[in-house]
Amino acid sequence: MTDKLSIEIDGRVCEASPGEMIIAVADREGIAIPRFCYHKKLSIAANCRMCLVEAEQGGRPFPKPVPACATPVAAGMKVLTRSPKALEAQRGTMEFLLINHPLDCPICDQGGECELQDVAMGYGGDVSRYSEGKRVVKDEDLGPLVATDMTRCIHCTRCVRFGAEIAGVRELGATGRGEDMRIGTFVAHTLTHELSGNIIDLCPVGALTSKPFRFKARSWELTQAEGIAPHDAVGSNLHLHLRGNQVMRVHPKDNEAVNETWISDRDRFSYEGLASPDRLTEPMIKEDGAWRPIGWQDALIRVAERLKTASADQIGTLIAPTATLEEMYLAQKLTRGLGATAVDSRLRQQDFRGDAADPPLPWLGVPIAELETRDAVLLIGSDIRQEQPLLAHRLRKAALGGAGIVLVNPLPLELTFPAQQLVTSAAGMLGELAAIAKALRKRGSGSVKDLIAQANPTDRHTSAAERLKAAGTERSGLILLGALAAAHPDYTLLKALAYVIAEATGSTVGYLPLAANSAGAYLAGALPHVLPGARPGEAIGADARAMLVTARKAYVLWGVEPSYDFANPSLAATALGSADLVVAATAFRAPSLEAVADLMLPIAAFAETSGTFVNAEGTWQRFQGAVAPPGEARPGWKVLRVLGNLCDLPGFEYADSGEIHQELATLCAEVRPDNAPRGDLKVEPSLAEAGLMRVGTLPIYRTDPLVRRAAALQRTPGADVFAVGLNPALAADVGLADGELAVIRQGKAEARAAVVLDAALPPDVALIPSGVTGSEALGEQIGPVAVAKA
Amino acid sequence: MVEDQNSVCFRTLHLKEPWALASYRSVGGYAQWEKILKEKTDPAKIIDELKLSALRGRGGAGFPTGLKWSFMPRSAPGQKYIVCNSDEGEPGTCKDRDILRYNPHQLIEGMAIAGYCIGATVGYNYIRGEFYEPIDRFEAALKEAYEAGLIGKDIQGSGVDFDLYTHCGAGAYICGEETALLESIEGKKGQPRFKPPFPAQFGLYGRPTTINNTESLASVPVILEKGGQWFLEQGRPNNGGPKLFSVTGHVERPDNFEVPLGTPFKDLLAMAGGVKGGKRLKAVIPGGSSVPVVPGDLMLQTDMDYDSIAKAGSMLGSGAVIVIAEGTCMVKVLANLAHFYAHESCGQCTPCREGTGWLARVLHRILNGQGRPQDIDLLDGVAGRIGGRTICALGDAAAMPVQSFLQHYRHEFEYMVEHGGRSLAEAA
Repeated sequence: MTDKLSIEIDGRVCEASPGEMIIAVADREGIAIPRFCYHKKLSIAANCRMCLVEAEQGGRPFPKPVPACATPVAAGMKVLTRSPKALEAQRGTMEFLLINHPLDCPICDQGGECELQDVAMGYGGDVSRYSEGKRVVKDEDLGPLVATDMTRCIHCTRCVRFGAEIAGVRELGATGRGEDMRIGTFVAHTLTHELSGNIIDLCPVGALTSKPFRFKARSWELTQAEGIAPHDAVGSNLHLHLRGNQVMRVHPKDNEAVNETWISDRDRFSYEGLASPDRLTEPMIKEDGAWRPIGWQDALIRVAERLKTASADQIGTLIAPTATLEEMYLAQKLTRGLGATAVDSRLRQQDFRGDAADPPLPWLGVPIAELETRDAVLLIGSDIRQEQPLLAHRLRKAALGGAGIVLVNPLPLELTFPAQQLVTSAAGMLGELAAIAKALRKRGSGSVKDLIAQANPTDRHTSAAERLKAAGTERSGLILLGALAAAHPDYTLLKALAYVIAEATGSTVGYLPLAANSAGAYLAGALPHVLPGARPGEAIGADARAMLVTARKAYVLWGVEPSYDFANPSLAATALGSADLVVAATAFRAPSLEAVADLMLPIAAFAETSGTFVNAEGTWQRFQGAVAPPGEARPGWKVLRVLGNLCDLPGFEYADSGEIHQELATLCAEVRPDNAPRGDLKVEPSLAEAGLMRVGTLPIYRTDPLVRRAAALQRTPGADVFAVGLNPALAADVGLADGELAVIRQGKAEARAAVVLDAALPPDVALIPSGVTGSEALGEQIGPVAVAKA
Repeated sequence: MVEDQNSVCFRTLHLKEPWALASYRSVGGYAQWEKILKEKTDPAKIIDELKLSALRGRGGAGFPTGLKWSFMPRSAPGQKYIVCNSDEGEPGTCKDRDILRYNPHQLIEGMAIAGYCIGATVGYNYIRGEFYEPIDRFEAALKEAYEAGLIGKDIQGSGVDFDLYTHCGAGAYICGEETALLESIEGKKGQPRFKPPFPAQFGLYGRPTTINNTESLASVPVILEKGGQWFLEQGRPNNGGPKLFSVTGHVERPDNFEVPLGTPFKDLLAMAGGVKGGKRLKAVIPGGSSVPVVPGDLMLQTDMDYDSIAKAGSMLGSGAVIVIAEGTCMVKVLANLAHFYAHESCGQCTPCREGTGWLARVLHRILNGQGRPQDIDLLDGVAGRIGGRTICALGDAAAMPVQSFLQHYRHEFEYMVEHGGRSLAEAA
């Protein structure tokens, strides 16, 4: 099968694999064949007929021109892509495509970067023979992200196939026949899939364009820079399109190992947040409760003075997991240089009992591209499509390839692939895993032993166990811990159970790092128990939760918005509010920050600074700043460098961020991603309680300060909705009906939200999202809660 | 007059209630099927008999049926299907309708035998949705056959299973194209699939599938009863058997006729009572609206079989003979055909989606007196850019009438363009 064969294209001898299509060979050889419907990542439709070529096989010419996209190669085949016959066929198709196309390129948003326009230059006539009336098609409203001009559609069906094959949700389809064929949603609805923006790139004409970018710039005014997406742990490779000093839009950059050809809508549209009116553009100081601008020099001197005089054990540094590797490294270096040990970037975690046994560099466990070749995956506590859209896409590929996917979650997920969902209460997740372990005849130790002993495996657990075990013999079983596991009060026990199951089945344990640089935090040492180079710290400092439970006198907040970025925002507000000094380096002003901070330092956001993100598979992806930060804002590493100098700390004499990168890279030279626990996971009794527990998901467009300010994303349905999801039986018990206002209490924290009944929810789960407007006053993301009639 | 009429598909036609099981039984119906069940006849032997008979696909393409069956991976594991194409939509064609109405049991027996030969235990009969009466007749026959234990599970204790279902179309001509038909059965938009893979490898629900026309399948029991050699001798070499012809248009008695292949056209015309009103024969579209038109003089010297009609520059197609009398405006005929294809194009491939509408618009413009001299070459050019450039044959079907009408009747188009929409034929 792997035997290569040789064919001839336009007289050039080309090597090809059996079964390959002519167009794929031509693309590899750099021989241009025009096409519209063909796309390397989509199934072959062969409907546009633009790639017709002349071919012969064994000296016998094919009677008709053949589509290069759908004609498999055969040994000795001869292909002519520019013979008179081929050109006549291509020009014929071009003429047909143009007769009903508006040809209004000057007013079309795609003009200048349009595949139809480009190909028409080569194959179209200069005067149309068509003198009849042109087709006009009513537009679709696809929501805030994708603009439509359906009259321009050439019916290539790339967008339709994308939905069916890649996204897994058929959001678009074709209706009608012949000239009346229309691409649309059939029953009008907004595109809601997290990858739907990719149809903008796929559309070869101006039928589907970016709504936020529409009519903002012409393509020839833009310059292109490269970037790395700053949200999830995939680290999608980006092309940033700039005009002057502004990011006008974001496109994917192909990288098969990371994002293939796709990016999530979050990565595509979050750039809008850069232009938010909330941007902090000069250093500010709060005096007598009022904020006033202050010069950089003045601000940094004040910060340094107060940090130097603060007692080291009273300093806590909390770093957003979206900070660059360089920022994380310098922030911890500054903190530790001052003699403090309290530094953390795991702001959404509450159970740190496993830190001592934490693997040196927790990662995905397998390269991203290999997710799709796993035979079985057990996903523990992850709303995967919301957390890591492109990893969900890889898992979908695995599932469609026959892999068994099992999920243990406190809520049912709407998935785009077949999977077994074990839905239970937050506390019950332990029992589900214990049951799988028991089905594998494992005993475990400590509390895990008790849990396993109490478990009652059913067929579902046995089948999940067997699936993993079968995959394990091929070394292709994987157990992943997601964001809901990391936020769980018994994260340590979930981890311990994951390792028990992994050992019994020969599976690999993997972590889904929460954010763009959560993995990098281990390398940079932006954790209380890890020093730069992923070295274990001698003394474990206070973790993110301990720093808030036992309030400090001085806090440094790096890129953090207290109301939305902590697992427990009410605890954060109290602790930060009681401090003598809160220094906030931030790109955005925010009420919750201004309420607690004393000084705000404006730092560069995404695309405005150079830096490095380490993604889920441990790949370092370095990027340059593409635009200058607004006003007086400065790249974070520069701010930290000067602060280090002003605090009289050694080793802060960097000339550029490359030097910081180099210094850390040297420290990390020997570090390999590794998920083996460093010691026995201390398995202590469970914290999770029976009774009603809040399960706080983090909605996809509420994950970090940038995306929360991306206007179009915030207009998507459900982007920022605060509600309490309840099982109808439970709601009836407390006398709540659908849509009624409920009061939610977590200890002293209290909020009100409308009730949404969902019979698929476990009876002891209150689904109350975090990170959304209205959730600021609440407590633990996953923790005990009481819900009553307001 | 032609002898040997109604010897195969219409063999029950002379009976009272020809569609009933008893009627079919009385002419030897289901005997072949029962014999196969009892003797477990080697499928290869049946296929050989079909090959000998030179039965060619009656749906229009004329592909040898025995050869088609031999492509099926009979012993491959998994489900396989036999599908009957009763989506008779080709303008001028109404022969399958009458098989369903008057001899449905012969189709059921033919499908059961086909299923046996190709290893399919499930069959679908895809019937044109507008065929209300034929659908009822076929459903009634199916019920009778099930009740008589002729199909179903473990038929007559033989261990052979064959279940047959009716699937009604929804009014799209394109679903008569075999792969669009499969898509339609699957509940999808009726659009032809790109081939390869062919249905014998990847057919209904992705399983190996054979699709035959109603008349082809209904011919099988008689071929087995009387032998392939007998069937072959009914027609001509490479053109075995009798064939149903739907003679319509300007004739005195439009009807379906089952006559041997090779019957002279003039005899067939005589059976239909000759040209209406005794007019001169102007032209004939001999195989359904998709095939090239043949001038009357030439047609009168041509015999009705695949090879003879090919020699005359057209195709036997589905056997729909559309007779056109002197005094008919060929521009109007073509405009009517062009409108049909523009309406029925599925919209998938660019040349057909865009080109068929273009052709229809230009023709209607000419009819309305707004034709331009360059329009005639434009029509020819556009048709030439559709034909041979699409996934399925609808593009060719739309192009061929245009090209042949212009070849034979170009002067009528030129006259109309020059005279502001006046018809040369009607003026004469």
